[in-house]
Amino acid sequence: MKPTVVAAKGASFCLSTPAHRDAIVRSASFNNPSREVGKEIYMSIALSAEDISRALTRISHEILERNHGSANIVLLGIPTRGAHLAARIAEIMSKIEATNIPCGTLDITLHRDDLRLRPPRAIMPTLIPATGIEDKDVILVDDVLFSGRTIRSALDALGEVGRPKTVQLAVLVDRGHRELPIKADFVGKNLPSSLEQSIRVSLTEIDGRDEVVIENRVQP
Amino acid sequence: MKHLLSIANLSAQEAIGILDTATELARINDGQIKKLPTLRGRTVVNLFAEDSTRTRISFEAAAKRLSADVINFSAKGSSISKGESLKDTAMTLQAMGADAVVIRHSASGAAQRLADNQWMSGAVINAGDGTHEHPSQALLDAFTIRKHLGKGSKDLQGLHVAIVGDILHSRVARSNILLLSLLGAKVTLVAPPTLLPIDIEKWPCTLSYDLDEVLPYVDAVMMLRVQQERMTELFFPNAREYSRYYGLNSQRMKSLKQSAIIMHPGPMNRGLEISAQVADSARSVITEQVSNGVSVRMAILYVLLAGAPLEVGSI
Repeated sequence: MKPTVVAAKGASFCLSTPAHRDAIVRSASFNNPSREVGKEIYMSIALSAEDISRALTRISHEILERNHGSANIVLLGIPTRGAHLAARIAEIMSKIEATNIPCGTLDITLHRDDLRLRPPRAIMPTLIPATGIEDKDVILVDDVLFSGRTIRSALDALGEVGRPKTVQLAVLVDRGHRELPIKADFVGKNLPSSLEQSIRVSLTEIDGRDEVVIENRVQP
Repeated sequence: MKHLLSIANLSAQEAIGILDTATELARINDGQIKKLPTLRGRTVVNLFAEDSTRTRISFEAAAKRLSADVINFSAKGSSISKGESLKDTAMTLQAMGADAVVIRHSASGAAQRLADNQWMSGAVINAGDGTHEHPSQALLDAFTIRKHLGKGSKDLQGLHVAIVGDILHSRVARSNILLLSLLGAKVTLVAPPTLLPIDIEKWPCTLSYDLDEVLPYVDAVMMLRVQQERMTELFFPNAREYSRYYGLNSQRMKSLKQSAIIMHPGPMNRGLEISAQVADSARSVITEQVSNGVSVRMAILYVLLAGAPLEVGSI
């Protein structure tokens, strides 16, 4: 199937420059080509590389403001994309504060409530910074906040590591549709989406480019 | 993967997947709270029709750390000693709702038989069958070698491992030869000709009758227990002679590379295949093998039990 380009007619979630307002048809999902072979997917770019960078800078400032500095902060990213986002926020914050902000990763696979519904998943690394999390202000970082189940699992996983003073949540995209009473403290972008759509976050470290894309099964 | 019966059924990718999972689980075993909710509500039966210390308690600890319910069941004190067949035992376990059976049996192929028949629907994990295989031991040995000598690589490419002693009766050796060569290591067997099986030339390994000739070149040396309980005839003149030619003592240990590690699957015959000084030396990783065993067995249980049940017929 040949990729063609069609114009999106004023998609409400598409808030970028006019160039980004084009919906792109691709014959397969670029993250996982095998999954969608033969299906037409209509995509629109919700956040460009510049948008992502600006959002992360703003989140970094907000975290520092809310916590009155960086003295007690530990960042923990949820693999895989959350871990890279946490590392980026730590870098920005370290520059602002001229100090090293502790940053690690927290895998939640073993605490998921949907393990039995899917084939076994690979366990990703959990790397807790040397400072530990005891009595710290822990900022969990993830790419997309959706049902809230990942964050619930993350809170359980944190309990196994120690007892932080506070736990806060930073996400790049909040797409709504919560199934649990969970709310993000720092949000890069609110993207009210329908359940028919899927949101794909690409990061340079893994996917070779920075981009947040909304995919539609049907032409918008 | 539905069962773990033999290393021969594993691909390098699957084996590395289990080792990687074990690496992450080992971090949890080093932490303060050694308990995960992952297998809550699942039942693991340890069916041990042959004696065992390490393997049984290791599987028990692994299942408990993942919050599975564990039922221990040994031949002594159960209806197996009254002559109940493997089939009837398996059907009993099925009726009780076992999600996995860890089986140790003196008959080679017992685990395969349990898996091939429709007596029970759960996963079968081979914890040693006769003189055939002991896959979880090989995986923990590979894990220990990778941790000490792998230098961050996923497989064991470029490493040289000697397996010394009673190869003929050793299921540990069979599983290890398959797994270590699958992961790219070179394996050399050292044993008296009487303790080597026929057909040995067809295995993916090299052979030597002289321990002193091999020791300076290997990265890891794995001493095997002389399995007197399986010996129905005389395989060597006496224990002193075996020990002199094939035992690892402090004198021989000096000829090893600085970085080389000494392994033993246990239980040890101190003074026969390995001297007490060597077993307790700083280069011996024998007790570490035991603690790694728990992480590796947790990984095996995770891979077999944590996900959705597989479709019938797909392995």
